[in-house]
Amino acid sequence: MSIEQGRWLHERYELSLSELCELSGLSEPELRVLVDFGAIAPNDPDAGQWIFSAERLVVARKASRLRRDFDLDPQGLALAVALLERVRDLEEQLRDLRARIPGGS
Amino acid sequence: MEAGAAAAIDPDQTAGGYNAATMKYKDYYAVMGVDRAASPEEIKAAYRKLARKYHPDVSKEPDAEEKFKEVAEAYETLKDPQKRAAYDQLGRHRPGQDFRPPPGWEKQFGDGTFSFEDLDLGDLFSAFGGRAHGASARMPGQDYEVTAHISLEEAYRGTEVTLDLAVPDYDERGFPHRVQRSFKARIPRGATEGQRLRLAGKGGKGLNGGRDGDLYLNIALRPHPLFRVSGHDLFLDLPLAPWEAVLGTTVEVPTLGGSVQLKVPSGTRAGQQLRLAGRGLPKPHSGEGDLFAIVQITVPSATGERERALYRELAGISTFNPRGHFGEEAVK
Repeated sequence: MSIEQGRWLHERYELSLSELCELSGLSEPELRVLVDFGAIAPNDPDAGQWIFSAERLVVARKASRLRRDFDLDPQGLALAVALLERVRDLEEQLRDLRARIPGGS
Repeated sequence: MEAGAAAAIDPDQTAGGYNAATMKYKDYYAVMGVDRAASPEEIKAAYRKLARKYHPDVSKEPDAEEKFKEVAEAYETLKDPQKRAAYDQLGRHRPGQDFRPPPGWEKQFGDGTFSFEDLDLGDLFSAFGGRAHGASARMPGQDYEVTAHISLEEAYRGTEVTLDLAVPDYDERGFPHRVQRSFKARIPRGATEGQRLRLAGKGGKGLNGGRDGDLYLNIALRPHPLFRVSGHDLFLDLPLAPWEAVLGTTVEVPTLGGSVQLKVPSGTRAGQQLRLAGRGLPKPHSGEGDLFAIVQITVPSATGERERALYRELAGISTFNPRGHFGEEAVK
């Protein structure tokens, strides 16, 4: 059985706007609204050609699923994604704090 | 589809030009919790409620993903009047029961050339949609997400996992059937909780020149008896005896790369974090997280007479007041 090699979705692995669209299933206008609303940030928002860290693909794919499954308009989608990212950040902080508590889990 | 299903081919039906092997019935109305006579609005309302409850991106239910798949599949068929009519014509059966579409069904609703063998009811109805949009449309293959539960030691060294996926594939006419795919995937060093690995082209097959889907491997770390994880940093409780904390010492500390000697400075307090740089989890490209040893001062539960005498002597000569700040604060 051959062994498949993958790539970590990580900040050193970068995607162009069109690659991010193709891999997530979002259209370019949809992705632009998500960027405008701060739900997905390119590495340099002022750059002529947006480049995204591959970690953003996780968020873009989530946005694509939510749009499809909840039939959300672009603004509603951007709001939902931004709030879910906030929840994810808070869960990460919670995990970090728990890891620092002696005897914690 | 179960291996035995192919044996259920009815000679009378095969004479009609198609292979009428059985499929497993799914009751889409029961999945959605609606009446068979429900209006499109009622079906949509039921879907929205269930999606809010089970959508894996917003749900905390333990079996959300599986539940949502069933709901989405049921809704995909029931929301489309053509697919719903075709589904209703299949008749009523018990969920999971082997059944055969009535004679002529596939001619009425399809083009009568496909086989029901190896066919999942959901795949059958999703193919309806594909053909409605034109059989020559480029369709990207489906992406898959799989969670790999690995130990901290495996994340530290890198590991391999075996993946078994039942993915839809398409025959030359564009009809789907399930194929079992089994392969090994390498999880390189750099994994931590929530990290994702993309295996390009390892998802479902694309149709009419569409790209093959990807497989995303989500990493979940199993709890470890000693180490707690935050990102690529590790945290370890380091119990010290009171005299070790006061006088300082050198202790042996476990790390994922083997034990190391850690110097504990004199006057170390409980809760202090002693950092072992680079002894955490390796990061994906370069560098490593750190290991933090969190000091705990532990007291022996049983002490002998000699030890108690020494403690009493210490209590007598020590000027240390651990609660000095209580008084200072009270005066303010």
